[in-house]
Amino acid sequence: MVLRFLSGWKVRAGLTVFLLFCLLALLGPWFCSSVLHISPTALDVDSVSTPPSAGHLLGTTASGQDVLAQLITGARQSMIAGLVASVLGTSIAVLVGVTAGLAGGVVDSVLTALTNVFLTMPAFALIFVISGYTQGGGPVVIGIIIGIFGWAGGTRALRSQTLSLRNRDFVVAMRMLGESRVRLALVEVLPHLIGWISAMFLGGFVGGVLAEAGLAFLGLSSASTVSWGSMISEAQQGNALLGGMWWWFAPPGLCIALLGASVTLVNFGIDEISNPRLRNARRTLVRRARQAAVKGADSDE
Amino acid sequence: MTDPMMASEAALAEPAAKEQTARPRRRTSYLGKRLGFYLLVTWVAVTLNFFIPRLMPGDPATVMIAQITQRTGQPPNPATVESIRLLFGSPDQSLITQYWGYLGQLIHGDLGLSISQYPVPVADLVMSALPWTLMLVGSATALAFVIGVGLGILVGWRPGRGLDSVVTPLSTVVGVVPYFWVALLAVWIFAVKLRWAPVSGGYAPDATPGFNLPFMASALGYGALPVATIVFSAFGGWVFGQRNMMVTTLSEDYVLLARAKGLPGWTVMLRYAARNALLPSVTNFALAIGGLVGGSLLTEIVFSYPGMGFLLFDAVSNRDYPTMQAVFLLITLTVLLANFLADSLYVLLDPRTREAS
Repeated sequence: MVLRFLSGWKVRAGLTVFLLFCLLALLGPWFCSSVLHISPTALDVDSVSTPPSAGHLLGTTASGQDVLAQLITGARQSMIAGLVASVLGTSIAVLVGVTAGLAGGVVDSVLTALTNVFLTMPAFALIFVISGYTQGGGPVVIGIIIGIFGWAGGTRALRSQTLSLRNRDFVVAMRMLGESRVRLALVEVLPHLIGWISAMFLGGFVGGVLAEAGLAFLGLSSASTVSWGSMISEAQQGNALLGGMWWWFAPPGLCIALLGASVTLVNFGIDEISNPRLRNARRTLVRRARQAAVKGADSDE
Repeated sequence: MTDPMMASEAALAEPAAKEQTARPRRRTSYLGKRLGFYLLVTWVAVTLNFFIPRLMPGDPATVMIAQITQRTGQPPNPATVESIRLLFGSPDQSLITQYWGYLGQLIHGDLGLSISQYPVPVADLVMSALPWTLMLVGSATALAFVIGVGLGILVGWRPGRGLDSVVTPLSTVVGVVPYFWVALLAVWIFAVKLRWAPVSGGYAPDATPGFNLPFMASALGYGALPVATIVFSAFGGWVFGQRNMMVTTLSEDYVLLARAKGLPGWTVMLRYAARNALLPSVTNFALAIGGLVGGSLLTEIVFSYPGMGFLLFDAVSNRDYPTMQAVFLLITLTVLLANFLADSLYVLLDPRTREAS
């Protein structure tokens, strides 16, 4: 299954880019200071608002900071927020979704209602308001807020998957043998949900990065940390748009987009494995349908 | 938040819908049930709004009273203090008493006084911003839905070929680009470089708001670019979901039968496959509104558009807590209303929800 998963170009390209970004988040700050000898906060007063040049590969901001250094160090902040949000959100989703699906009855009804409530509420507006109170929180605080209010997305899918697993023969058999509910959930059901959970984790990760960027754009992240969102925010406040300083506001957005695209590509691969109908449609069914259509066209003539 | 997963959810939405309608219900009871659910969500939102300031570190109420004192040069009068205490917490009263007082105040439409524009009532601020956001998000959502679902139908009809191999990856990539960044790029390209559209604002400075032609024309001109950016960022999710539902529906027997009968391709695509594949998209439509509103709040800030998002931005940067709370409450109510409309549409589209018992 792992081999089949890795065989598609989409998954391979996506994973490569994603791992590169992870590496950037891990080693970026060290790489900046030790290898490139640039600092994200140092002000170069001699070159303010300069386009990309040999001295500053991606140009400088309106106050003379190096954009490339900010971009590299910003990766860590953005990805920490995404990681915290995703770990927390996915854990809550798995707990609620699998419990609801396995327990059934009143527990299921209550948990499903809870999920739907969180799903319907405009989570981002809520996250806005709460971050407005905790102004200046670091990426971890922001990640926690995003995780707590953004878990509902995939919970419904997990619940219906669990529901369909619950009545499969192997689960019923193990229940008959007297396996405890917890073991049933952990050993029999969860392994079959790995595809869904990892897709959800990656989706939540991008969601977290996007939400962090949005909050930083509003000026709600800590003033001392540089993230991709705070870069875009500063670029807008520094009139980078009117001055045509594309090298300032374009790269952080591109990075977010690239990270998101890589995750989406990986999710394509996961989706094809966990939802066989999509895969089949691509091969046999389409061929069959095409043949039928050709026959239909022939009989028309 | 989980756009890439909408597809997987869409694939599941159909069995879920079947399960929901296994017992035939009357139209009123389906919508009635939904209405009850939205009342529950409203209550949760109102209650969250009550508890958030009380759970926050520090005492927002004291901060606010100090802010007002600083701004006006004198402490606010006792009635204002009491209103602030009701909305944001008081050390002297029990939570239950505060909660009832807070609910009472909300029912009377009293959302407190704005701090940054003291002493303008928050309700006035919010009410003047709401129409702008409604128009912006409403038209953008409708356009994005129609374009997205339309493309999804076309693309899903022949999966893996031609259009599909271009549109589907493109639409998913578009979905992961931050809204506000797209808006920034759009401002740069279309407003600054090409000068096709104004850089910011909701209407021309020389127009007077109201039902007159110059104002409405300028509002349309100023709104075009924000709407376009939201549509651009939002349509991708629906392309993907609709495409996957089309692919799934194409393997149904009735589609095969329709083809076998020799019906024209367009008829099979639109009246057999698309019609049935549309339902999960309508469900997703309801679920996506919340996220769309969140994104458009940011878009408004880029364009300094006089709607709820800009108001919220202003409130957050000035620590204007009453306005923040009111904006959240009103956005929630709007989203719920939109959800209810989507539900009603669902009843119209899916005969199973209105079968008599």
